Amino acid sequence: MPSYAARQRKSTIVMALCLMATIIGVAWLFLILFSLLWNGLPGLSLSTFTEMTPPPGSQSGGLLNALYGSLVMTVIGVGIGAPIGILAGTYLAEYGRHSKMTPVIRFINDILLSAPSIIIGLFVYGAVVVPMRSFSAVAGSLALAVIVIPVVVRTTEDMLLLVPNTLREAASALGLPRSYVIRKVAYRAARAGLITGVLLAVARVGGETAPLLFTVLSNQFWSANLLKPMANLPVTINNFINNPDANWKHLAWTGALLITVAVLSLNISARIFGASKDGR
Amino acid sequence: MLEKISVKDLKFFYGANMALKGINIPLYANKVTAFIGPSGCGKSTLLRVLNRMYDLYPAQHAEGQIVFDGRNILDAGEDLNLLRARIGMVFQKPTPFPMTIYDNIAFGLKLYENLSKSELDGRIEDALKRAALWTEVKDKLDASGLSLSGGQQQRLCIARTVAIKPEVILFDEPCSALDPISTAKIEELIDELKHEYTIAIVTHNMQQAARVSEYTAFMYLGELVEFDETSKIFTSPRDPRTQDYITGRFG
Repeated sequence: MPSYAARQRKSTIVMALCLMATIIGVAWLFLILFSLLWNGLPGLSLSTFTEMTPPPGSQSGGLLNALYGSLVMTVIGVGIGAPIGILAGTYLAEYGRHSKMTPVIRFINDILLSAPSIIIGLFVYGAVVVPMRSFSAVAGSLALAVIVIPVVVRTTEDMLLLVPNTLREAASALGLPRSYVIRKVAYRAARAGLITGVLLAVARVGGETAPLLFTVLSNQFWSANLLKPMANLPVTINNFINNPDANWKHLAWTGALLITVAVLSLNISARIFGASKDGR
Repeated sequence: MLEKISVKDLKFFYGANMALKGINIPLYANKVTAFIGPSGCGKSTLLRVLNRMYDLYPAQHAEGQIVFDGRNILDAGEDLNLLRARIGMVFQKPTPFPMTIYDNIAFGLKLYENLSKSELDGRIEDALKRAALWTEVKDKLDASGLSLSGGQQQRLCIARTVAIKPEVILFDEPCSALDPISTAKIEELIDELKHEYTIAIVTHNMQQAARVSEYTAFMYLGELVEFDETSKIFTSPRDPRTQDYITGRFG
């Protein structure tokens, strides 16, 4: 048995190592945030939100079309993906809970959840862009929807499984039909978690670049036509940062800062929302 | 005496495991029948067969007959939602829904009956009065059902059950999570409710069985050992196992 002092020394060393590992882990986040603020903040102005992406060599311009495009495609993508995800998650947790298919479906969903997003971009390219003979905002939205679905399926199932069975039994004991029990009792009890899941899905697709590269391309100009290429933040950042044009570089940094702030605040609000007891 | 429910040679299985081994018992109309017995004896299982709660789970099935108003409710064609509306159930742990006190009761009512706002208000007041909760909550019907104390939550669950006007109410250890004062209130309530409903209550508390019931069934290892008037079970049981249980020698 080593002496007390020896054990104390060992404990101190291990504690120091753990602390160092934690600092190394967290430091990257702060370094990233710092460099985003350092490089992105100077370019941030009112014109960022009011002007279109500029041609090369210009000294002005903003990100309005890209912001608009990202917003539109995220809304459509989540609008399509979230309901499908919630319904599928509901099936897994409620109707199909004891079915032999459920573990299989859950496994496939987990594969989809961890599939590289570029694969999903390529899939939608083949399935939508090629037949339509055009890059389009619709294709981009669909690619985002495919990414949203497994995220929402997973969170919905997990959250519904957390609803105690006693609550379902109590509702059934009143003679309420299954669908009623799910919609009025289980959804209500799991509401905060369900909304958190959708918010996390929004945060996830808000910054996706790869699935948009092959589907929506990007657009130098303003376009609200869903059947045409549309500007969007991630691809704009990708295009602008790889260019020697200094103004473009500044805009890319500013765009990156905006995305990060948006995703970060979505994540934080999802946390706060999930933590509040009944979501009110 | 009128048998509201007649259980005939009821066998119940969890998978291959037989939990009820041929139960025969009547539930008399407007009487309270208590089920006592050690944990795992099948009394809660029996209750969950009476409203076919077990149907929510796979690999559980029942054989035999449960005749309720002349029909065998174990038949495949039975409408379970209607059945459960007629045979209500109050559980061991209070289970208010995550909504207002008002909605906890209105919720089930609205599904079954087309009521105007004033009729609905009346029915909710009536249900809360029957559950002896009205005076405590009448000024905060918009508060969450979860904000009530445990005893109040349990009475809310009873109000919710009586609101849809069942004929039978099953109580599954309704007081096991409650303090003595709340327990006394629920027992008084059961005494009131039996004038209109047929009641079955599972309890681990033998004094409670003696206080609230007219009939008592003693169950052991999935069998019904003895069924008789409560006064007889507690004063002169016929079976030695009943005698041992009520005198606290096992269980």
